Amino acid sequence: MSDIHVHELNVNGEAHEVRFAATATLLDILRQQLGMTGAKRGCNQGVCGACTVLLDGAPVRSCLTLAANVGERQVMTVEGVQKDGMLSRVQQALLDSGAVQCGFCTPGIVIALEALLRERPMPDADEIRHALSGNLCRCSGYVKIVEAAVKAAGVAP
Amino acid sequence: MNAFVDPVGASLPRLEAREKVVGAARYIDDHARPGMLYAAIAQSPFAHARIRGYDVSRAKALAGVRAIVTGTDIPIRRVGGVLKDETMLAVGKVRYVGEPVAAVAARDLATARLAAQLIEVDYEPLPAVLSIDDALKPDAPVLHEDLDSYVRAMDGHSHGNVIWDSTLVEGDVDAAWARCDVIVEGTYRTPAQYHAYMEPNGVLAEVDGNGRITVLATCQSVHHVQTRVADELGIPMSQVRAQVSRVGGGFGGKHASNIHSIAAWLARASGKPVKLALSRTQDMEIQRSRHPAVIRLKTGACRDGTVIAREAEITLDGGAYADESPNVLAFAMLMVRGPYNVPNVRIRGRAVYTNKLRAGSFRGFGNPQAAFAGESQMDELAGKLGMDPVELRLRNAMRAGDRWIGGHTATTCQLVSCLEKVREAREAAPALPPPRPGRKRGTAVVAVAHISGLMGTSASVQMRGDGTFALNTGCVDIGQGSDTVMTQLCASVLQVPVDRIVYGTQDSDLSPYNWKTAGSRSTYMTGRAVVAATNIVRERILEHAAAMFECATADLELRPGGRVGIVGVPGKEVGFKDVALRSLFRSGGPIAGYHGFVFDGERFDPKRALIERLAFDNLGIYTFGAQCVEVEVDTVTGRVEVLRVWSAHDVGKAINPTSVEGQIQGGVVQGMGYALHEQLVWDDDGRLSNPSFADYKIPGILDAPAVIVPIVFEDPDPTGPFGAKGVGEISLVGIAPAIANAVCAATGARLRQIPMTPERVIDALEQS
Repeated sequence: MSDIHVHELNVNGEAHEVRFAATATLLDILRQQLGMTGAKRGCNQGVCGACTVLLDGAPVRSCLTLAANVGERQVMTVEGVQKDGMLSRVQQALLDSGAVQCGFCTPGIVIALEALLRERPMPDADEIRHALSGNLCRCSGYVKIVEAAVKAAGVAP
Repeated sequence: MNAFVDPVGASLPRLEAREKVVGAARYIDDHARPGMLYAAIAQSPFAHARIRGYDVSRAKALAGVRAIVTGTDIPIRRVGGVLKDETMLAVGKVRYVGEPVAAVAARDLATARLAAQLIEVDYEPLPAVLSIDDALKPDAPVLHEDLDSYVRAMDGHSHGNVIWDSTLVEGDVDAAWARCDVIVEGTYRTPAQYHAYMEPNGVLAEVDGNGRITVLATCQSVHHVQTRVADELGIPMSQVRAQVSRVGGGFGGKHASNIHSIAAWLARASGKPVKLALSRTQDMEIQRSRHPAVIRLKTGACRDGTVIAREAEITLDGGAYADESPNVLAFAMLMVRGPYNVPNVRIRGRAVYTNKLRAGSFRGFGNPQAAFAGESQMDELAGKLGMDPVELRLRNAMRAGDRWIGGHTATTCQLVSCLEKVREAREAAPALPPPRPGRKRGTAVVAVAHISGLMGTSASVQMRGDGTFALNTGCVDIGQGSDTVMTQLCASVLQVPVDRIVYGTQDSDLSPYNWKTAGSRSTYMTGRAVVAATNIVRERILEHAAAMFECATADLELRPGGRVGIVGVPGKEVGFKDVALRSLFRSGGPIAGYHGFVFDGERFDPKRALIERLAFDNLGIYTFGAQCVEVEVDTVTGRVEVLRVWSAHDVGKAINPTSVEGQIQGGVVQGMGYALHEQLVWDDDGRLSNPSFADYKIPGILDAPAVIVPIVFEDPDPTGPFGAKGVGEISLVGIAPAIANAVCAATGARLRQIPMTPERVIDALEQS
């Protein structure tokens, strides 16, 4: 077992003091220590995208990100997307479009689309598909997810 | 006040969508308990070996280990479906690589996993059987020496490595061949597909102060989990409570319970809550797959295209345990004639044991294999007849009133409309820019059918003191949207918005019985129970209101929003709350309704099922459909891209049209994965070569067709809730043959094996 160290982690605008070994991933810490279970462990090898979170606004696989490497960067998880209890336009569009089925991939999809819309406010369908190319969904066939993303892009943030 | 919108037929958002988009939905691994232990499983490194003994001393000595269980600790209680051949941990022998042989509970996951590795099992390796051909050799090693002594629900002529052996005959196929002008024959092969639900399997078990077990599982039926855990632990069902977490997809893979008893055992042994959450790799190694199949098929027709004979020999690779093999086999046999009026049919079906992961239920349940053979061969037949493939299908298509093999009548059938509509939609679609050099495009149409029905289900509805309602069924929502559909049905009968109804999470202590979320049955079967139970409540409400108004119930009507009024007298009303309070505190008693039933439609003749050894006699009603795909084949690389899909189905009534579309679109893409790249691969030692999402590729968004057009026909089934039929599986069924036929239309190359990998496509192009 490697040594446990104390770190400060900034998640959804809040600083948390956490203790972990050098081998711990960001996903481990979020889920096990901070009780933030929104990011999912679908494959634990960076393929499915269900664990996607933002690091300083950029989407990363939290299952492949060592917690120790996060440093002072801001982590944003699906739990931090709502503002004052209001769904974001991405969340609302996914809900309205019937793009949520089993929902296990949904946190990763929400985060990937939040990142896309920050970068490209009016993406076309091709850009949406590329932005979601790292997020697997087994239920939807992706059609309604793309429809939701198009709908979200048409709404003022 | 907004006008009341009838919930049935409205595309309401999923009731639980909000908790899913904010990350608050709790799947199995999101649950924890104070003092909870973590479990790990020790797995077999051999495909086939005798277990000579265990040494758990090193594992036991590890700090933090709280409980260990091996095959010597458990009673030998064989469980399973029709043929009971499995134990919760291997006993005496292991029969596939990865099979659970022992399990550990420890204070953290790392300790549990280390301890599992420290369990030493003394194995005597045995020769393994890794293919259907090897399994059927006369001198093949036998997986289950005690097969004859296993408990079974009916005789399937099990022997050697044969799990089930069945024959289904109608008409006189031998005499019919002589009357055929054209006969086509071929052998079709399909792979082991993995369900790849995004949430791996898991379970959290705990024991209360009285020793009673609660099992929280990601599953397709709490009633199944309860039964299986009680069976495997050898305790009464009253001592097991099964609950369900949010389920991150199932597709049949969470249909039977393999790991739940292991956690329950460890919880009893340690006295602590125990969570067992499978890694993706473990999930792939120890759960189940779709049955690999080899289907020899022969079809004969008259010059005018009338198909008069079909003969099939279906062999399924069942893996190490029977699980659902007898039923999948029976269903494949019942589906391989296809949705056509073919008078002379003979089908032989066998399922065999091999030293690989068990195969079991998976969306389509034998039908995708049968349809790959059957619908590929329809295009081959059309080619030989010089007929348009859609015309050939139209000529032979079943229509309402026609019989399925076995005799069931298709009471509703819009197959002809579906075929015509997808062809029309394809023709009306905008032309795409021409393909780049080296690429060829092709289009094909297939016909499909599937059932919805099976077994028993029930529902209860209770009125609360404020005039809202609690609806309970045993139907687990595995992501397909049944929570919302059940609520919509109940709300529509009562003419209230869906937010006046709470749909209870399934709990074996509380939920009325339901067999399983399977067989495209939830909307049709549990939906019927919901409507019937709600109608009882509706009648009770009217009775109370009649007493309050001192009139006859016939003079009363429900008014939208939760009121009862006198017909023709607009102002005269009483609210549901007043009715509820009267029932609770004045007279009559709480208003509640319950309805339970077993599928009550036409059955396959039970005596004939016994004689022909078909593991099914209770099927269901039929949903029909037609699917059209447009593909582009890169003739240099062999890569097949699916450009557009039109998928038409006669669903009876779309209770939630958006959910129906979601089922169709999702099934199409899962079917595309099956057709083009998904395949579990075992090496020569029987070890799974690709148990990870990196090595087992499911379709991503860039692989999926950008255009998938669902087309829905609403021809109400007289028995369905508001006329609805099931749509959960059918959209997957025809995609593989549709793609194979479209590849052939584009290039002339006929692929009779899936997945149609680039290598196989190139080989086929070279041979064509």
